[in-house]
Amino acid sequence: MAVSTSPLADLSAALVLEPVAAADWLVILPVAWCLAFGALLVMLRRPIGLHPFIAVAGLAGLVVIDGLLLQHVIANGPVTMVMGRWLPPFGIAFTVDLTGALFALVASIVAFAGGIYSLADINDSGRRYGFYPFLMLLMAGVSGAFLTGDIFNLYVWFEVLLISSFGLIVLGSEREQIDGAVKYGFLNLVATTLFLIATGYLYASFGTLNMADIARKAEGLRGTAPLMTLTTLFLLAFGMKAAAFPVNFWLPASYHTPRVVVSALFAGLLTKVGIYALIRVTVMLLPLEREELSFVIAAVGALTMLVGVFGALAQSDFRRMLGYLVISGIGSILAGIAVGGPGGIGGAIFYALHSMLVMTALYFASGVAAKLGGSFSLSSLAGLYRRHVGFAAISLMLAFAVSGLPPFSGFWPKVMLVKAALDIGAWWLAAALLVTGFLTTIATGRFFLLAYWRDAAEGEGATAEARIPAVILLPLAALTLLTLGIGLYPEPLLSTIQNAAAGLSEPSSYLNSVFPGAAR
Amino acid sequence: MEAWFALLVGIFFTVAIYLLLSKYIIRVLLGVAILGNAVNLLIFTGGRLTRGVPPVIPEGADALSGPAANALPQALILTAIVISFSFFAFLLVLAWRAYEDLLTDNTDEMRVAEPEEEPAPPLGY
Amino acid sequence: MRSVIFRAVAPFLTSLMVLFSIFVLLRGHNEPGGGFIGGLVAVSALAVYGIACGVETVRRAIYFHPMAIAGAGLFAATIAGLISMAARVPFMTGLWVYPSLLGVEVPLSTVMLFDCGVYLVVVGAISSIALSLEERGGE
Repeated sequence: MAVSTSPLADLSAALVLEPVAAADWLVILPVAWCLAFGALLVMLRRPIGLHPFIAVAGLAGLVVIDGLLLQHVIANGPVTMVMGRWLPPFGIAFTVDLTGALFALVASIVAFAGGIYSLADINDSGRRYGFYPFLMLLMAGVSGAFLTGDIFNLYVWFEVLLISSFGLIVLGSEREQIDGAVKYGFLNLVATTLFLIATGYLYASFGTLNMADIARKAEGLRGTAPLMTLTTLFLLAFGMKAAAFPVNFWLPASYHTPRVVVSALFAGLLTKVGIYALIRVTVMLLPLEREELSFVIAAVGALTMLVGVFGALAQSDFRRMLGYLVISGIGSILAGIAVGGPGGIGGAIFYALHSMLVMTALYFASGVAAKLGGSFSLSSLAGLYRRHVGFAAISLMLAFAVSGLPPFSGFWPKVMLVKAALDIGAWWLAAALLVTGFLTTIATGRFFLLAYWRDAAEGEGATAEARIPAVILLPLAALTLLTLGIGLYPEPLLSTIQNAAAGLSEPSSYLNSVFPGAAR
Repeated sequence: MEAWFALLVGIFFTVAIYLLLSKYIIRVLLGVAILGNAVNLLIFTGGRLTRGVPPVIPEGADALSGPAANALPQALILTAIVISFSFFAFLLVLAWRAYEDLLTDNTDEMRVAEPEEEPAPPLGY
Repeated sequence: MRSVIFRAVAPFLTSLMVLFSIFVLLRGHNEPGGGFIGGLVAVSALAVYGIACGVETVRRAIYFHPMAIAGAGLFAATIAGLISMAARVPFMTGLWVYPSLLGVEVPLSTVMLFDCGVYLVVVGAISSIALSLEERGGE
C-alpha cells in the first residue's frame, strides 16, 4: 500500500514537474470528450429519444474543441501532453502539430454533419441498437489517431475506431450488411495485424515507440536496422486501411451496404485515418525510406486512381460508384506522398481534407437521391432534377468538386499535385492525375445525365416523397458550401497546409515540443 | 534461444497465412486467431528474451537492483491479446450470423452485396 | 441446471466470488491483481449464478443492464483522467488523498478510480456476452 512518504529519488529526471497550462488540455480533450459522451450514452439506455440530442451536442462541442486546438497550434506550434506525468519517451505522448489538428478539425466537422443527418436516417431501432454511442466512440478513435504521438497508441486508436465501425456496419443486420461486414471485418483485421507486426519490428529495432524519439533515432540506425522492411510493412498495412490498389477490394464490397449516414462517415473518416498514418510514418519518421520507395508508391497511386475511376465508370449503383471514387481519391493522395516535397505533401494533405468533406457530402446526396427516386440503381433512378432543383444543383456542385474542377475545393490540391509531379519530371504521374480527373467528370456526368436529367417513366416513383426534411438538406448544403468556400478562397487553408507539410518534412518543432531543449 | 523463437514465429505465420488463403470462413477465422498469436510471439521475441526477475523495485530502494525483464513488450502483448480476443469474438459471431443468413460459409458464394448479375444500366439518354 | 446441491450452493459461491473479485481489484495497486482480473472473477461469479438459477435471475440481481455497467465504468475511467485537470498536472496522473476514516488512514486515488472503471467495463461487457450466450444455450 502506498503511504504518504516523501520520495527518495530525484523526480525531475522522470516526471513533468511544471504545472500544465490549461490550453494544453486541448490536446487530450477531443478524445476524453468523445469517450465521456460515448460512455454517457451507453449508460442512458432508457431515454432513447434523448440520444440524438446528446450526441449532436457532443459533436458540436467537439468541433469547437478541435477549432480551438487548431488555433492554439497555429499560434504556438506543436503541443505535447504526456500521460501520467512521465517524461517522454516513457510516458505515452499526445503531440499535435498542424497536420493532426487540421485532420481532427475536418473529421469533427464531418462527424457533426453526420450527426445531424442521422436525425432523419436512424430510426428508433437503430438508436436502441446503439448508433450514437458507437458514433461517439468512433470519433474518440479517430481523434485519438490524429492526435497521438506514440505509435502503439496509434494502433490502439485504430482498434477503437475499428471496433466501433464494426458495430456501425452491421446496424440493421440485413443480409447485404452481414455480407459486406464479413469482408470489411476480416480484411481490416488483417490490415491492423500487419500494422502490429510492423510496430513489433519497430520496437525491436528502435527500443522506443514515441514518434519524436523514432524520428530522432532513425538517422543513427540506418546502417544496422531493417528500416526498408519496416517502411514497406507500414506501407502495406496503411495502404490496406486506406484501400490502395492491390489491397482495395474490401471497400467496394462493403461501403454501400450500411445505412447512408454510416457509409458517409466511413468514406469521410476511415480511409483518411489510414492516409494520415501513412503520411505521418513515411514522411516524418522514415523520410529517406519514403524517397527510396517513391517509385513504388507512385505506381501504386497511379494504379489506384485508374482502377478506382474505371470501377466508378462501370457501376450502375450510386453508392457503389461512390465507393470507387473514394478509392480513386486515395490514389491521388498517394501520388502526392510519392512525389514528396512541400508541393506533394501539401497537395496530399489538402486532397485528403477535401476528400473527407466531398465524399461525405456525396454519400449524403446518394441518400437524398434514394429518398427522392426510391432507389440507388441507375436503371430506376430518374427525373431527380424535375423533382428537386436545389438538390440537383448541390449534386452538380459536388460532382464538379470530386472531379477537381474549379471553383471547388478539389481544384487546388489537384493543381498542387500535378505541378509537384511535373516539377520532378514524373510526367506520367501528372498524366494519370489529369486522366483520372477527366474520367471522374465522365463518370459523374453520366450519372447526372441519367439520374437527374432523364425523365422518369410515367407513374414510376410517384410513391417517393417529394419533400426532403431540413435536417438532411442542411448538412448536405453546409458541406457543399464549405467546398465552394474553400475553392473560392483557398488562401488561409493553403498557407496553413503548407506550414503543416513543412512541419512534417522538417520536424524540429515537433521534436522540440516533445523533448524541450534536447532536440538537434 | 532467439533463433528457435524466430523459427516458431515463422511456423505460426506459415500456418496462419495458409489458413487465411482458404475460402471457407471458419478456416479464415482460425487463421486470424493464429496470426494474432504469431504477432504476440513476435513482439515478445523482439523485446529481447531474458531470464530476468520482474521489474519491481523492492521496498526501501528507489532503483532496480539488477537486470530485470523488460515490461514494455509484455504490456504491448497484453493489450494486443485483449484486442485480438475481442475481435475474434466479434468475427466469430459475425461468421455465425453470416452462416445463418447467407446459408454458406464459402466466401465464393457470398455475393449478396455484389451480385453477379445486375440489371443493365440504361444505355441511352 | 437442475441439481439441487448446485442451486443451494450457488448463491453463497457467487457472493464469495464477488467478494474475492473486489479483494483482487483493491489489491491490484502494488501486487498482482487489478481491475481486469477482478472483473473476470466477477463475471465468472455471475456466470455460475446464471447456470444455477437462470439468466433472468441474474439480470434481476444486477439490476442495471450489463452494457450500462460497462458505460459507467468507461465514464469513471475518463473522469479519473480528467480529475488531474483541476490539479494542473497532465492527463491520467495519479493523485492521492489520505482521509482518515474511524482513525484509519485510507489511501484513495484516481488510479483506483480508473481501476474500478476497468473492473466495471470488464464486468459489464463480458457478462453481457456471457449472459446472452447462456440464454441461447438454454433454448
